[in-house]
Amino acid sequence: MENAISANGISKHFGQLKAVDNVSFNVHEGEIFGLLGPNGAGKTTTIKMLTTLIPMTSGSAVVAGYGVKKSQNDVRKRIGIIFQDPSLDDELTGWENLEFHAILYKIGKQKRTDKINEVLKLVELEDKKDILIKDYSGGMKRRLEIARGLIHEPKVLFLDEPTVGLDPQTRRKIWDYIKKLNETHGTTVILTTHYIEEADYLCNRVAFVDHGKLVALDTPENLKDKLGGDVVSVQVNGKTEDFKKLFKKHAWVKTISGHDGSVDLTVKEGEKKIPEIVDIARKAGIGIGGISLHKPSLEDVFIYYTGKAIREEEAQGWRGIIRAARAKHR
Amino acid sequence: MDTNAIYVLWLRDMKRFLRAKSRIIGMIMMPMFFLLGLGLGFNGLIHLSTGGSYLEFLVPGIIGMSLLFTSITSGTAVLFDRQFGFLKEILVTPNSRASIVIGRVAGGATTAVLQSILIVIVSLFIGFQPVISSVTFTAIIFMLLIAATFISLGLIFGSIINDFQGFQLVTNFVTLPLFFLSNAIFPLSSLPSFVQYISYANPLTYGIDGIRGALTGTSTYPLILDFTVMVAFFIIMVIIAAYAFSKTDVD
Repeated sequence: MENAISANGISKHFGQLKAVDNVSFNVHEGEIFGLLGPNGAGKTTTIKMLTTLIPMTSGSAVVAGYGVKKSQNDVRKRIGIIFQDPSLDDELTGWENLEFHAILYKIGKQKRTDKINEVLKLVELEDKKDILIKDYSGGMKRRLEIARGLIHEPKVLFLDEPTVGLDPQTRRKIWDYIKKLNETHGTTVILTTHYIEEADYLCNRVAFVDHGKLVALDTPENLKDKLGGDVVSVQVNGKTEDFKKLFKKHAWVKTISGHDGSVDLTVKEGEKKIPEIVDIARKAGIGIGGISLHKPSLEDVFIYYTGKAIREEEAQGWRGIIRAARAKHR
Repeated sequence: MDTNAIYVLWLRDMKRFLRAKSRIIGMIMMPMFFLLGLGLGFNGLIHLSTGGSYLEFLVPGIIGMSLLFTSITSGTAVLFDRQFGFLKEILVTPNSRASIVIGRVAGGATTAVLQSILIVIVSLFIGFQPVISSVTFTAIIFMLLIAATFISLGLIFGSIINDFQGFQLVTNFVTLPLFFLSNAIFPLSSLPSFVQYISYANPLTYGIDGIRGALTGTSTYPLILDFTVMVAFFIIMVIIAAYAFSKTDVD
C-alpha cells in the first residue's frame, strides 16, 4: 500500500518546550487516520508541520508524494486543510469565500462554479450561499469550511478538531460527510480529535498522542483487544475471595480484580460468558447480586497507555468547580 | 508571480471597501475636517512665499495625509487576518508570498486612491481650484505611489508585530511623525533646518510635492524627481515587505 503521509521523526520545539517530540507514522492512501490525545498533546502542531504552515525543528515528512521541506508548493497543491479555529472572511458571503479559494487554487471559471455548487450541496448550504459569513451560525461556518477544503479535490485532507464546539446533530452530519467523501473520492483523511467517539466511529487507524509523543498506533479494534477483552463486574453476595479463587482456574478469564463484594473479570466476548459465570457461581453456592458488562472504549485503552483519561484535565476542572460550589454552601 | 492570487486579494479589498459604507464615510470625514478646519481657518491668515492660497497648498497635503493613514492601516491589517484566521487560509494555498504581498498592495492602493479622488471632488466645493494642464492626471500616479509605499511599510509592521498593542504603537510612533515631518500642512522652508533634513528622507514629502505639482502647477522639485524618488522608495519597501511577510508565522 502507498503512503499518503509518512512522517519520520518529526519534532517541533518552542524554546524548552517539546511540543512534538520525534514522532513517526505512516498514513496509508485512502484511509481515515486519527490523532487522538488531550488538548495540548501536540496534535495541531503536528498538522501544522505536515501542511507546511510551520517549519519542523528536526525530522522529515513526505505528504502526497512530496517532501514537506523542499517542495512546499507541490504539497500545498495536493492537500486540503480544515483548521481548528475559524478561517473564513467574515465580510464576504459564503459563495465568495468558496470562489476566492477556488481562484487561489487556479480552478477555471466553469469548473469552479460546478465544484462550488457541488460542495455547497454536500454540506447543505445552497440556500445560504449569498449571506455574509458574520451572519452564519457556528455550525454553518464549520460546514462551509469543510466545503471549502474540498473544492480543489485534495488528495489528502487534514481536519483539525473538525467537530469541536458543535451540537451532536451537526457533529453526526459532519462525520457522515467525511465518511462519504472518503468512500466516494478515495480521499485520504487525517484528523485530530480529543473526542473518543469521533476517533472510534471514523478512523481506520488511530494514533495516541500525549506530551508530544506517539504512544500507540493501531486499528481501534486491535487497540481495544490489547486490554484483553470486556470487563464483567459481578456483585458477590458472600466471600469475595472464594469467588475470585473459583475463577482463577479458568483460562478464559484473563484478569481478576476487585474487593468488598465486587469483582471485575476480564474476558473476551463478555456477553456470551455471562451465563457461564452465573452457572459456575451457582454450582459453587455463591450468590450473585448483579452483573454488569463493560466493553472497553478507546478511552480505557488510552488510560492503559498513559495512566490518565483524555479529558481528565477538563474533568478535574469540573471537580474543582463543584468542590468550590459545595464549600460555599457549607 | 501568481496573478490569480494578486487578483483575488485585490477583489477582496474591493468588495470589502464597497460593502463597508460607514467605513468609507468615516475615512473621508477625518481629512474633510482637517481641510475645513485648517483650510478655511488659515486661508486668510497664511500667505505663502510661493504665491497661491493656503487652501491650494493644503488640499494635496490632506490627500497625502489620508493616503498615509489609510495605507499604513491597510498594510497593518494583516494583523486582523492573522487574528481572525484568514491568513492561514491564504498561506496554505500554493501561491508565492510575494504575490500575496503584491495583491494586498494592489487592493489597498486602489481603495486609497478612490478615497483621495473623493477628497479632491469634495474640496472643489469649498473653493479648491485645480490648474488643469497636461500633467493634472499624473496626480493619480503619485497617489498610487504614496499608497503602495506605505501599504508595504504597514505590511512590514504587520508581519513583525503579533498583537494589537503593536498596532497602536505604529500609529503613534510611525504614522504621526511621518505626517508632521513632511510638507503636508506647511512648506518645509518654514521648518528649522535639521528638521528639514529629516523631512528629505520622508517619502511622503516627494509624493505630496508631486500631487501638488500636478494639481496646482506649483511644486518644490521637478515632477520627474518626485516620481523617481517615489518609485525608488516603493521598490525598496515592497522588497522588504515581501521578505518580512515570507518570514511570518501563523501562531
